[in-house]
Amino acid sequence: MDGFGIRIEGLRKRYGEGDTAVDALKEVNMTVAPGEVVGLIGPSGSGKTTLLKCLGAVIEPTAGRMTLGDEVIYDDGWKISDLKALRRDRIGFVFQAPYLIPFLDVTDNIALLPMLAGRPNGAARQRALELLEALDVGHRARAEPSQLSGGEQQRVAIARALANQPPVILADEPTAPLDSERALAVIRILNRMARQYDTAVIVVTHDEKIIPTFKRIYHIRDGTTHEEAGEGREV
Amino acid sequence: MISLAGRDILHSWGKFVFTGVGLGLLIGATLTMAGVYRGMVDDAKVLLGNSGADIWVVQKDTLGPYAEPSSIRDDAYRAIRGMPGVARAANVTYLNMQVQQGERDVRVMVVGFEPGEPGEPPYLVAGRQITRSHYEAVADVRTGFQLGERIRIRRHDYAVVGLTRRMVSSGGDPMVFLSLKDAQEAQFLKDNDAIVNERARTAANPALNRPGVPGLLEAIQASQTTSRSVNAVLVQVRQGQDAEAVAEPIRRWKHLEAYTRAQMEEILVAKLIATSAKQISMFLAILAVVSAAIVAFIIYTMTLGKIREIAVLKLIGTRSRTIAGMILQQALGLGFIGFVVGKVSAALWAPFFPKYVLLEPGDAARGFVAVMIICAVASTLAIRAALRVDPATAIGG
Repeated sequence: MDGFGIRIEGLRKRYGEGDTAVDALKEVNMTVAPGEVVGLIGPSGSGKTTLLKCLGAVIEPTAGRMTLGDEVIYDDGWKISDLKALRRDRIGFVFQAPYLIPFLDVTDNIALLPMLAGRPNGAARQRALELLEALDVGHRARAEPSQLSGGEQQRVAIARALANQPPVILADEPTAPLDSERALAVIRILNRMARQYDTAVIVVTHDEKIIPTFKRIYHIRDGTTHEEAGEGREV
Repeated sequence: MISLAGRDILHSWGKFVFTGVGLGLLIGATLTMAGVYRGMVDDAKVLLGNSGADIWVVQKDTLGPYAEPSSIRDDAYRAIRGMPGVARAANVTYLNMQVQQGERDVRVMVVGFEPGEPGEPPYLVAGRQITRSHYEAVADVRTGFQLGERIRIRRHDYAVVGLTRRMVSSGGDPMVFLSLKDAQEAQFLKDNDAIVNERARTAANPALNRPGVPGLLEAIQASQTTSRSVNAVLVQVRQGQDAEAVAEPIRRWKHLEAYTRAQMEEILVAKLIATSAKQISMFLAILAVVSAAIVAFIIYTMTLGKIREIAVLKLIGTRSRTIAGMILQQALGLGFIGFVVGKVSAALWAPFFPKYVLLEPGDAARGFVAVMIICAVASTLAIRAALRVDPATAIGG
C-alpha cells in the first residue's frame, strides 16, 4: 500500500446529454487511509448516493481517477475489466438495512463471499466464524437472519463486508434504523474493525448521533466535496 | 460452494412443496391423458389378440366388424373353411348394448361365438366356458356380474357361468359372451309384438300371400323369424401360412372383405380412434402449455420476491451464471417434485377411470424429460428478470 485505502481525484459524473444533462458529481476529491473511518455527509440530492455507486463500481464515472490500495481502478474513461471481482474481493458493503440472504444461516451469509471468490468451503466458514467472534455474535453462528435482533443483523452485515478482507468498506447509512446506543455500537465496531483489519471505511450518513464520532468528514454539496475536521469523539 | 437453490428450497420448503403438489396434480392429469390414449390403443390390440383370429372376413366394402356394421350370411364360413391355408373359421357376432346390472346400467359388447372356435374367450378367471347351446354367458369382471347372476338381454335371461378379464371392445366396453345362436337372436330377432305385426303385414301383402301358392306365406314368415346373419367370420390360418396370401383369394372369390391382423390394427388404431387420439393430443398440448405457463409464473413470482436479495448478491460480486443457475435449479426442483406427485397421483386414480388407463414407463420417462425441458424453458423469463436487476438498487438512492 502507498498509504491510502482509497483515493479519489477530480471525480465527475454526468447523467444524460445536451440540454438535459445533469452533473451529479462535479469535483470529488477524497482520501481515506487504511484503518481510518471517515464520514460523508450532505443534504438530499447532493450526490452522496451517486458517489457511493461510483466508489462501489456500480456505475461508471464520467471523468477523474480512483485508486484502491495501490491499484488504479478508474482513470478518465478507463476502468478495470472485471468489476464483479472488484466488488467481491476489494470492496465491502454495509447497507442501511442489513439485507442478509434470508435462506442462508449467519455463517453462510458471511462465508458466501469467500466461497464466491473461490476459497474452499471449510476455510470460508472458518473465516466467517472468526469474524463473528470478533463482532461478539459468535453464539449466533447457526441462527437464521430472521432470528437476530436489528443490532445483531447489522453486525453480521459488517462481518460480511469484511469477509474477503477488502481494503475499503462503503457503509450506506448503516445506523439509520438503530437507536442511539446501537448506532454508536455499530460505529464503535466499524472503528475497531477498520483498525484490526487495516480497512478504510467511508460512512455515508445523516445521523446526527454519529457525526461527532468522525475525525474527518467530507461534506458534499452540489456534487463537490469539502473536507473538514470532525470532533473525533470517543465511542 | 453453497447450493443457493437448495438452501432457498429448504428455507421455504412448505411453499415449495405445496406449489409442487399443485403442479404435480396438473402433471398427473397430463400423464393420465396419455394413459387414456395408450389404454385405447391397448384395448384395440387386446380385442384383436383375444379374438384368436389371423383374418377377419366381413361384408364387402366395409371396415367391419368393429369400425363399421357388417352383415354376412352365416353359411359363408363353410366355404371359407375350405380355402387353401385356412385352419379354422367360425362365425361371430358383435353387438353393443346396455344391460341392467343390479341398480345400474352397464354398457357392454355382446359377443356371439361357437364354443371351441375362434372368438371364444381365451381364458377365464372364474367359472367355466359355455357348454350349453342356450342361456349361458361368460362376462368380463368389469361388467360387475358375479358367477351365478343372471343377465337380461332382450327377451331372455342368461346365467353367468364364467368370468374373464381384459376382454373389452375397441371402445373399452366390457364383453359378455353368449353362444352364437343366442347372440344372433339378441341381435337380429324382434320382440313378439313386432313379429305378430310383421306376420300380419306379410299376410296382407298379395304378392307374398298368393291364394294359388300354398305354403309360400308360411315359408316367408318362417324366414322372418330366423336369423341367418353374422357380423364376421374369424379365420385362423395354418401354421407357416402367410395371412395375406390366405386373405387374397377370399377377397377375390367370395365377394367378401378380408383383413389381416395388421390391417385390422390399422383400422382400429389409425382410423377408429384417430379422432380421439387427435383430441387427446390437443388436450396434452394445452396441458403442456398451461404447465409451462404455471411454472413460468411461479418461478417468476418467486424471483420477483427475491429482487432485493438478488441485487445484493450481484452487488457483492455473484456471477450471473450463479444467479441463473439458482433459478434454473429451483425450476427443475419444482418440476421434479411436480413429476413425482403427478406420477403417484396418476397411478392412484387411474384404476378408478371407467375405461382402461395404461401408464407406460416409456411415457413416464418422456413426460419427465418434457417436464424438465418445460421447467427449464419456463425459468428463462425469471432468469431474464433476475439478470436485469441493477445491483445499484441494493444501495438505494
